[in-house]
Amino acid sequence: MDYIYLDHAATSPVHPDVVEAMVPYLTEHFGNPSSIHHFGRKTRQLLDEARLVAAQSIGATPNSIVFTSGGTEADNAALFGTALAKKETGRHIITSQIEHHAVLHACARLESEGFEVTYLPVDETGRISLSELKAALRPDTIIVSIMYGNNEVGTLQDIAAIGELLEAHQAVFHTDAVQAYGVLPIDVNELKVDLLSVSSHKINGPKGVGFLYIREEVALDPLLYGGEQERKRRAGTENVAAIAGFKQAISIMREEGMEKAARYEAYKQKMLSIFTEAGITFLRNGEQEHTLPHVLNVSFPGVKTEILLVNLDLARIAASSGSACTAGSLEPSHVLTAMFGKQNRTKEAVRFSFGLHNTMEEIEQAAQETAKIVKRLQK
Amino acid sequence: MIYFDNSATTKPYKDVLDAFVTVSQAYFANPSSIHSKGGESERLLQQARKTVSQLLHVKPQEIIFTSGGTEGNNTAIKGVAMQYATRGKHLITSAVEHASSFETFHALETLGFDVTYLPVDEEGRISVDELKAAIREDTILVSLISVNNETGTIGPIEEVGKLLQEYKKIYFHVDHVQGIGKVPLSFTKAGVDLCTISGHKVHGLKGTGILYKRESVLLSPLLTGGEQEGSVRAGTENVAGIVSLAKALRMTFEYMDAGVRNMEKITSYMRDELEKLPSVVINTPKTQCAPHILNFSVEDVKPEVLIHALDQKEIYVSTRSACASKQTGASRVLLAMGMKEKRASSAIRLSLSYENTMEEAEIVLRELKKAVTELQEIMR
Repeated sequence: MDYIYLDHAATSPVHPDVVEAMVPYLTEHFGNPSSIHHFGRKTRQLLDEARLVAAQSIGATPNSIVFTSGGTEADNAALFGTALAKKETGRHIITSQIEHHAVLHACARLESEGFEVTYLPVDETGRISLSELKAALRPDTIIVSIMYGNNEVGTLQDIAAIGELLEAHQAVFHTDAVQAYGVLPIDVNELKVDLLSVSSHKINGPKGVGFLYIREEVALDPLLYGGEQERKRRAGTENVAAIAGFKQAISIMREEGMEKAARYEAYKQKMLSIFTEAGITFLRNGEQEHTLPHVLNVSFPGVKTEILLVNLDLARIAASSGSACTAGSLEPSHVLTAMFGKQNRTKEAVRFSFGLHNTMEEIEQAAQETAKIVKRLQK
Repeated sequence: MIYFDNSATTKPYKDVLDAFVTVSQAYFANPSSIHSKGGESERLLQQARKTVSQLLHVKPQEIIFTSGGTEGNNTAIKGVAMQYATRGKHLITSAVEHASSFETFHALETLGFDVTYLPVDEEGRISVDELKAAIREDTILVSLISVNNETGTIGPIEEVGKLLQEYKKIYFHVDHVQGIGKVPLSFTKAGVDLCTISGHKVHGLKGTGILYKRESVLLSPLLTGGEQEGSVRAGTENVAGIVSLAKALRMTFEYMDAGVRNMEKITSYMRDELEKLPSVVINTPKTQCAPHILNFSVEDVKPEVLIHALDQKEIYVSTRSACASKQTGASRVLLAMGMKEKRASSAIRLSLSYENTMEEAEIVLRELKKAVTELQEIMR
């Protein structure tokens, strides 16, 4: 049996067309975009095109796109950049307890530098409460950073409503859309977000590249200082080939449209129905309606996460405990802890995430295999 | 086509490219994932780290993979400053650093740090005595470029390192982006605590780089989040980029001896020929300079115009650092060397790779002479 990869939220395979789009920029068009000769102009042109494609994918202007080395850098740049730029107008930050660590650790650092951070709690479905957010807002709040779709459980936040709420407030609104981008339509103006983070390797693009959308009137201090690339907002020779690959990945994503969302939803339902039919006990973690279509998080009572994952791996199925960034850690996930406190299900959760190349046949196979293993372990 | 702009960026080696494509397609999993696909990626990452550490004669855990030279310099400088700010807030650097160091120091000044920018002599070199005199009780960092990216001047890194051995509380960072593969630097001998290297200057890919960090040095991370790279650099590792970087570095070291000899021959020949031209003045020092860079000024000729004229002949050179190419006017580095505005704003930089040939140099010289004569006639 071939390996069944159900860990697309950790990283996704590079689309064959993406690699193909990169190769010319690693061979004949290898110039530095800042160079004023032919080689520079050739790669500068690619950057302009890619910026336009990225901008169009979220209804933004090209000038508002800053290419980064990935999602972590985009999140860090958004938080540190805003905090530094706005520290004279306030030092209060609002985020949630279930953010990715690229946001949470940045917030922790800012706390050590004299900023005050409110970590909004979530309910059992992983959603924050708008009224709690409203209550937490203060005149000196400078950033609200709330992720669009959670990477571990898939729960979506009501970004449009938060954008609406913040419209009249000075706070800059950042959303980490790393997981939502590619599976949900995103328009920064409809959502009224000021900053939005995206990563390439989650949408079948190469690793080492991403972008941060920065609404044109929003000023940010840069995270990387040096050359004048990215309109002085991100120094460093542009990663041209990776950006070419990212551009291709975005184009493919847009061509395919959101049809895949329905397919992933069907995968999800298939897995759940196979679990039910098999008669194993399971608890679904996360919102059922407002959720990322490609993420399914399930707890199997009586089966520890690590044990299940090892058994799944032996059965040639790649799944994960939640965030890959904390996969090595023995602590239960901060997301599940925020949702369920100390309940056992936080230590019995597995995330299946779907993507390119997955077929219904594979999903059925994986679900049946999972059910078999769980049945054995639940005894 | 003749590409003499290898200090701006280099063409990736074929094998480097192949490694990148193979890893991208066959080993795409996240190295942090605990399933066996993640394990495969993790092993590739470890192998690359081991290769690089052996090439640089350091420990694997002292290698931090970054997104490039700019991130390396920012991380080292800001990382030490923030980590050790309680010990002192004085930092020492020079007036001829790359923008990614220079601008980071400027940013640190706004955060309350005190920065000494050492002046340089007419060859672009700092004085070790002046550095010694600048050291204070509260100095925590000395950061210097080993090979200047505009002029190729080699700085007194070993002497500085030796001096700093007496100051246990001062960390020493070296920007070795232009030096790697061209000018040998022993981290141990030079007492280097932190060293920045970029992939795309050694026929690796853009978006890849290495920061060497001595094990005992702590850094406040620039990128925070996941626990990758010993928690010093968060973010999913660019596995394919990293593997290809290890390959590029290994190939570079393999070809280095012959390559350096070849470049020395070419630059020295070009220097001799260019010196014969009455309107040309060479800005790269004659001794203690890197083998791959030759910087000169053609008075009365706008460098951009000359570059475009050469561009027509499919010869590619540059004015200065590509990162500063949008700035017009005099080069900050050349001004710091005491040159007049006119000379400092009419510089051309030729930068070679191991593969460039004497035949190419002949053509470049011929076309340069032609272009200079024509342009000077127009200007007259």
